[in-house]
Amino acid sequence: MSFLAKTHHPRSWGRYPSVAPAEVQAVYWRSEIPDLADFEHPLLPFAYGRSYGDSCLNEGGVSLDVSHLRRFISFDENEGLLCCEAGVSLAEILELVVPRGWFIPVSPGTKFVSVGGAIANDVHGKNHHKAGTFGCHVTRFELLRSHGERLICSPYENPQLFQATIGGLGLTGVILWAEFRLKPIVNSFIDMERIQFSSLDEFMQISAETDRKYEYTMSWVDILIGGQNLCRGIFMCGNNDQSKSRAAQKPGKKLPLAIPFDFPSFVLNTLTVKSFNELCYHTQFSKRVHKVVPYEPFFYPLDSIHNWNRMYGSRGFLQYQFVVPFEDGFAAMKEIIDRIRRSGEGSFLTVLKTFGTIQSPGMLSFPRPGITLALDFAYGGRKTLQLLDELDKVVRQSGGAVYPAKDARMSAENFQAFFPRWQEFAQYVDPHFSSSFWRRVSHTNKLVTV
Amino acid sequence: MMIVGATSAIAHETAKCFAKDGAEFFLVARSPQKLADIGNDLKVRGAQRIETYVLDVTELERHQEMIETAITTLDGLDMVLIAHGTLGDQQKCQRSVAETLKEFTTNCTSVISLLTILADYFEQQKRGCITVISSVAGDRGRQSNYVYGAAKGALSVFLQGLRNRLSKSGVAVVTVKPGLIDTPMTAAVKKGLLAASAKGVGEGIYRAMKSRKEVVYLPWFWRPIMLIIRTIPEPVFKRLSM
Repeated sequence: MSFLAKTHHPRSWGRYPSVAPAEVQAVYWRSEIPDLADFEHPLLPFAYGRSYGDSCLNEGGVSLDVSHLRRFISFDENEGLLCCEAGVSLAEILELVVPRGWFIPVSPGTKFVSVGGAIANDVHGKNHHKAGTFGCHVTRFELLRSHGERLICSPYENPQLFQATIGGLGLTGVILWAEFRLKPIVNSFIDMERIQFSSLDEFMQISAETDRKYEYTMSWVDILIGGQNLCRGIFMCGNNDQSKSRAAQKPGKKLPLAIPFDFPSFVLNTLTVKSFNELCYHTQFSKRVHKVVPYEPFFYPLDSIHNWNRMYGSRGFLQYQFVVPFEDGFAAMKEIIDRIRRSGEGSFLTVLKTFGTIQSPGMLSFPRPGITLALDFAYGGRKTLQLLDELDKVVRQSGGAVYPAKDARMSAENFQAFFPRWQEFAQYVDPHFSSSFWRRVSHTNKLVTV
Repeated sequence: MMIVGATSAIAHETAKCFAKDGAEFFLVARSPQKLADIGNDLKVRGAQRIETYVLDVTELERHQEMIETAITTLDGLDMVLIAHGTLGDQQKCQRSVAETLKEFTTNCTSVISLLTILADYFEQQKRGCITVISSVAGDRGRQSNYVYGAAKGALSVFLQGLRNRLSKSGVAVVTVKPGLIDTPMTAAVKKGLLAASAKGVGEGIYRAMKSRKEVVYLPWFWRPIMLIIRTIPEPVFKRLSM
């Protein structure tokens, strides 16, 4: 039971930067939205604050809290077509649709995101190589623009705004509701395999071999081992279980743990991260483990610890997720891993995955074919920022990109190089909308070299 | 079941729980648009049937007709939840008799009117459950909101009497006393640590209705808090600024 109401100060998940909007305006009903053009400051929708950096923050602006727009609108159980308001969380959707034999088409690493946020960040999941991004499954949505227009956007109606809004970081207007396709399941379990690997080469090999066979793949990696192997880790792959007899079986509910206070900043350091990695790697005694597990621990292992972000203490942390193309990607990956190891900054939760070739309709969509690595670094001031700037350079040279939903610091030049369609996108940004992220990366006063 | 004030955040949370059980709803509220939003949501969540009725509860003369419509369309009523209310502006009420009476009509008189009609129906039916959202504010008058508090206090006493009367007919009367809840109604109120979410309170009401409780404080910690507040002697209490 959750009696505690959520606080209304918008913060991002990484808790860096800590900046305040001039005003928070809650929206309760689609039929009662204040006139957006009347606000003095630029607007940005905000729901549960699960973006890591500043793409959901609007310093000095108006944070439009849409988390109260959380009603379902319709559910076609034969077609698996669900329509709901933008503030509905994926957790609520799962609770509703899983017992009825459906699953969300693409799921990020946490279920505590809103549907609006899933579209605005065009989130991806473990099945990117099979299903693309969340935006690939959206059939239509309603977009409220600041001059009062309510537009239905789909691949056929207002297609440019549709493409700009998917991955559009909330800048094109407020998504009021969205309709998207679910995926049918026989039961709620995942038939999974865990495979140990001891080098990046081996990861690539397992990845190539499992991508066709498995719907969901991702790996936890330890990049602090050094040497020619570059990394070691555990490759996790799975499919929705197909056994009809399990359909009636309900996974037991575990009480979520919570981190009740900010850990002091010394708790997470290279040494503790190294021991944690050692422990993780060796919890598995045999090379391959095969089992059937409930979907929650498979998709959302971190959701079982509420506020895990507090482990980083009050200084906050920076997530860094990039993708490098398959060609030359190996060299770039090697250089990045080397630089991180030399810097002495330990990344606690490191996730490695390959992206497939399915293209999203989104103009600013992040995923593209290649290898993607997600790392997090406790915020250690200039040193951390410098390291990430160096990594940006490597990513850029290899023709890759850094994920805006997790970013709090990339430069305008790099953003513009990572997202060559940004100027096309900028035409669709609502004149009354902006974000801390957008103000930083849309500078045009510097020379753009692509 | 019938819900009056069906678009209130707390009522909606309670209704979600009943929808999961496949309940049939007769939803009453002022705004047809919001009623449609809530109705659609409950339908997706499993409600077997949704009927809506647009009514401003201060139109007391329409109560009889509304209740008759509910009974005929749903083919009887097992449960009623009365959840409408306005927080009102204490300062404005102090300056205006009309404003004070308006608050009273919304928060007290209109509910008493509905209950008077419903009581006869339930008494004859000899089963069912009537649940009304009152407030901890009705437990003791305070300078900051005594008009609202007095309306809710009168309501709580009315419900006590009604419970006493209907218990003989096997009808449960549940008085719900929420503390400060984070809802659109209290959007302008500064929230402290004690503010609760509408979801938790809505689920608490569902459980109270299922187990046919008498008086429930939500969240539970308001019961000891109000016990303390009620026991402060008046000579002391009058000096406090609460």
